[in-house]
Amino acid sequence: MSFSAFLFYVLAAILLASAVRVVSARQPVHAALSLVLAFFTMAALWITLGAEFLGLALVVIYVGAVMVLFLFVLMMLDVRQTDKTPRWRLHLIPALAIGALMLLEIVLLIVDGVKTKTALPESAASMDKPLDNTRELGKLLFEDYLYSLELVGVLLLVGMIAAIVLTHRQSRFAKRQEVSEQIAVTRDDRLRVVSMPAEVEAEDATAHSPDKTGGH
Amino acid sequence: MPGLEPTLTHYLLLAAALLVISLVGIIANRRNVLVLLMAIELVLLSANLNFVAFSAYYNDLSGQVMTMFVLATAAVESAVGLALLILLFRRRGNIAVQTLDVMKG
Repeated sequence: MSFSAFLFYVLAAILLASAVRVVSARQPVHAALSLVLAFFTMAALWITLGAEFLGLALVVIYVGAVMVLFLFVLMMLDVRQTDKTPRWRLHLIPALAIGALMLLEIVLLIVDGVKTKTALPESAASMDKPLDNTRELGKLLFEDYLYSLELVGVLLLVGMIAAIVLTHRQSRFAKRQEVSEQIAVTRDDRLRVVSMPAEVEAEDATAHSPDKTGGH
Repeated sequence: MPGLEPTLTHYLLLAAALLVISLVGIIANRRNVLVLLMAIELVLLSANLNFVAFSAYYNDLSGQVMTMFVLATAAVESAVGLALLILLFRRRGNIAVQTLDVMKG
């Protein structure tokens, strides 16, 4: 067994174990940290497959951003563990049955496809290529898939707006304009005309002021 | 049956096992919507493993481009899902799946 085969089996074992831990952990924080481990292991698997840009992007985006988002939400929500809820027993049996059925079907499909040799290649073609994965991916992404890339950008924008709109709360202390009140205001709300006696100029004040005397 | 050296079949079987584990987690989960979102991330990750494995073995980088799109979509999905989760927590005070039975017939 070569080293790459050994690496594949070790990484696959870690990946499956951390996936099991994600769905079965009692504390959500443990599930989140196991998911981080799963992402790291998947990134390592992708790098062994020759997709090093995607592996690094997975670490940066998921471990760096999405999982931090999960942990922030987990921290903000302060979910109390209510142990009176049934943990596994109620739905575990049908879930395992459905899962076993699905796994059986998929494995039969894959192995049958191998047996009848429906063009599953045996060795990775990208293993002996020079390591220019990122450059080739960039060319493909910005030439052939440019419209899809722009659509994904729009999708990210829409998701950002949706998340902000959903979670934004009006603050009690915020000051903002109310345009309807501004339009509905009348003259009497803002202006008050007061009748006052007119001022009378004193004789001494005019005599001592320099601009009046300099004019003569 | 596949041999010991990892071929495309091994990667497909690994992705299938990951998919089934996370689906079982989704169905059996009764306590936390957050863990549900994490299991959905795992489902998308197993689909991505299929894409990357096919891309490597057929020497066609389009699969990796699709993986990038799936990654972006999954990030949007988790952001909106977490926003909905915060709304749910503000309304009900907990995020247990089994309390979401208003529409139960």
